[in-house]
Amino acid sequence: MKVTGAQALFRALEGEGVEVLFGIPGGAILPAYDPLLDSSVRHVLCRHEQGAGHAAEGYAWATGRVGVCMATSGPGGCNLVTALADAKMDSVPVVAITGQVPTPVVGNDAFQEADITGITMPVTKHNMLVTSPGEIATAVREAFHIASTGRPGPVLIDIPKDVLINETEWEWPEKVDLPGYRPTTKGNLKQIREAVRLILEAERPVLYVGGGVIKANAAKELFELATEGRLPVVTTLMARGAFPDAHELALGMPGMHGTYAAVTAMQRADLLVALAARFDDRVTGQLSTFAPNAKVVHADIDPAEIGKNRLADVPIVGDVKDIISKMLAELRRRQEESDGPPDRSAWLATLATWKERHPCTYEQSDDGPIKPQFAIERIWEHAQDAIVVSGVGQHQMWASQFWRFAEPRTWINSGGLGTMGFAVPAALGAAAGRPDRRVIAIDGDGCFQMTAQELATSTTERIPFITAIMNNAHLGMVRQWQELFYKERYSQVYLSHDVPDYVKLAEAFGAVGLRAEHPDEVDAVIEKALSVEDRSVVIDFRCDPGEMVFPMVPAGASNDDIILGPGGMRPIEDPAEAPIA
Amino acid sequence: MSLHTISVLVEDKPGVLTRVAGLFAARGYNIDSLAVGPTEARGMSRMTLVVNVETKSLEQVTKQLNKLINVIKILEHEPGDAVERELMLVKVRAEDEARARIMEICQVFRVRVLDVTHRTLTIEATGAPEKLEALIELLRDFGVVEVARTGRIALARGDRGIRDRVQRKTAAGGEDAADWSGGGV
Repeated sequence: MKVTGAQALFRALEGEGVEVLFGIPGGAILPAYDPLLDSSVRHVLCRHEQGAGHAAEGYAWATGRVGVCMATSGPGGCNLVTALADAKMDSVPVVAITGQVPTPVVGNDAFQEADITGITMPVTKHNMLVTSPGEIATAVREAFHIASTGRPGPVLIDIPKDVLINETEWEWPEKVDLPGYRPTTKGNLKQIREAVRLILEAERPVLYVGGGVIKANAAKELFELATEGRLPVVTTLMARGAFPDAHELALGMPGMHGTYAAVTAMQRADLLVALAARFDDRVTGQLSTFAPNAKVVHADIDPAEIGKNRLADVPIVGDVKDIISKMLAELRRRQEESDGPPDRSAWLATLATWKERHPCTYEQSDDGPIKPQFAIERIWEHAQDAIVVSGVGQHQMWASQFWRFAEPRTWINSGGLGTMGFAVPAALGAAAGRPDRRVIAIDGDGCFQMTAQELATSTTERIPFITAIMNNAHLGMVRQWQELFYKERYSQVYLSHDVPDYVKLAEAFGAVGLRAEHPDEVDAVIEKALSVEDRSVVIDFRCDPGEMVFPMVPAGASNDDIILGPGGMRPIEDPAEAPIA
Repeated sequence: MSLHTISVLVEDKPGVLTRVAGLFAARGYNIDSLAVGPTEARGMSRMTLVVNVETKSLEQVTKQLNKLINVIKILEHEPGDAVERELMLVKVRAEDEARARIMEICQVFRVRVLDVTHRTLTIEATGAPEKLEALIELLRDFGVVEVARTGRIALARGDRGIRDRVQRKTAAGGEDAADWSGGGV
């Protein structure tokens, strides 16, 4: 049967089970928008391609399926770049489809031409330029396979306009043939036995859980491993929700703004079992003093992560779900032989003391101003089963610290790339993928202004979510660094509480705008927001601009030098000593 | 920092060279020499790279190279464990009595003269990189007009081809360490 390239594209997307894609049409991608009208795939018309890219990411985070976005050539593709880089850093499965100028004028500086495969090469897991309509189905199959298997990531397919228009015989490739792509999925049993031996010998073990555990859908296996082995758990920013925060073995988030218990447990540990975590600088602090006495078991599907920052005593390559399952089986067998897990009551008691003595805290005065941590805790009280999405900065850290996560895929944020403006479009994507769940974006005022236009998409496409802006009138994290490390010389961080007027802006987008200026108003505003189900809601929480995120390990410092509150911070006298962001 | 010779078996597809070169460029490593050509297998090309990097950095780069979808296999040649050759063309000034002396050098080095003019000789030389360096050092005295070199190519000594090899012996691999030498993550 003869089909056009564009028809082949949608048949292939349908064949991959795509239900929704986020995009914006334009000249070169125009032919693809015609068969879209007859397709079962829902197109969500975004207002900016970056928004479409982050929406695809949010969809993927929330559902575990591949997120799809589409844009035209030139500026369309270029606007996707940030989202693709974000997806690469955070291993989010995304397929991006871009139009390209017609084949005969490629390389001619044609109107809206950009070498998008060249531009996105370093920020995608793979990309391809399709040169004939007969290759489209194969390209789509390969793209979905590559994006969703191994270490997930973004894949871009660039299709010239004439390739979309020309006809081909429809053929659906039965399987993908990629000789250079064979990710190892099965963990080596010998290595796993060795890992379990170290676990049973350890007096102060810590499970260092990364985002890959959520990607591998291994939270259930992790829970069993931790509880049966009596192993305390830290969950990185990417892994929040992989293990329930309410559990006695949960220590919370490690790293620069991690809990005292999580950071110090890793420093004192004699064994770190890293499960699909990558020893990021935000977690380790100064690498040479990180967890100095710990042996390391490192399980990851990406061999390039193992030994990259910290040498592993027991490296294990494979799918972390398979590895944890095998660890669990081996651990059960060994523990049955020895009548239960080794006695680590002293270690667990120490950790419990740290948790109790040094929780994340703040002081909310009755007279105000609203502390952002208070607002976040109150939202959690009212909507514990929500999916939480955040941007990047102080609000992100507070959301991670003060939301008490209970299950995976309820926390969505930009971790590795740190993309401000991530929250609103990612929340749109999450809400599109999980209409059964309440989606709440906890955003900053700086972040919100970068991508707020997707509220229009939310209204017109009827994909409602709540955005709670922690409006502290500043680029708060930068302000915090200037206060702590630049002698309070504030440079270009003031944004204003009132400009824009977030309530009016929300209303202009067809959303409900609410405001809380006083701690007394916080609960009522949240209740009001949750009562709205057919429209998006924006809440302007007027927060204390002076509030800072603690605990904090200054960049480049040792995790031993964790600072618990503003009193523990010494100003750095010599600006040359100031840490590098 | 030290010189490393790496063979990379890749799919013969547009952009593969850029992907491979890009991984080195993104880390600020210079590629000393690079040779690409078809192989015994249809649809596959072989690249031979010579890079000057620290061993630990190289390990990270090769792991990243392995992750490229179009890269099928990578082999780092241990010194002495491979035969390495390079082809060089040299145009050298060869007037009057110089000509005879250059011809003498050519005989000693067992290299061929491809083109002769009144004022120059163009010489074809193949061999191990050290031999070519030695030759060019001698010819420099006469005045070298220009040089073109193919870059180093290498095959590991012994029976096995690159496709039969386990890339890096490690216990970290899957059920069989060879699993992940196929690359791709």
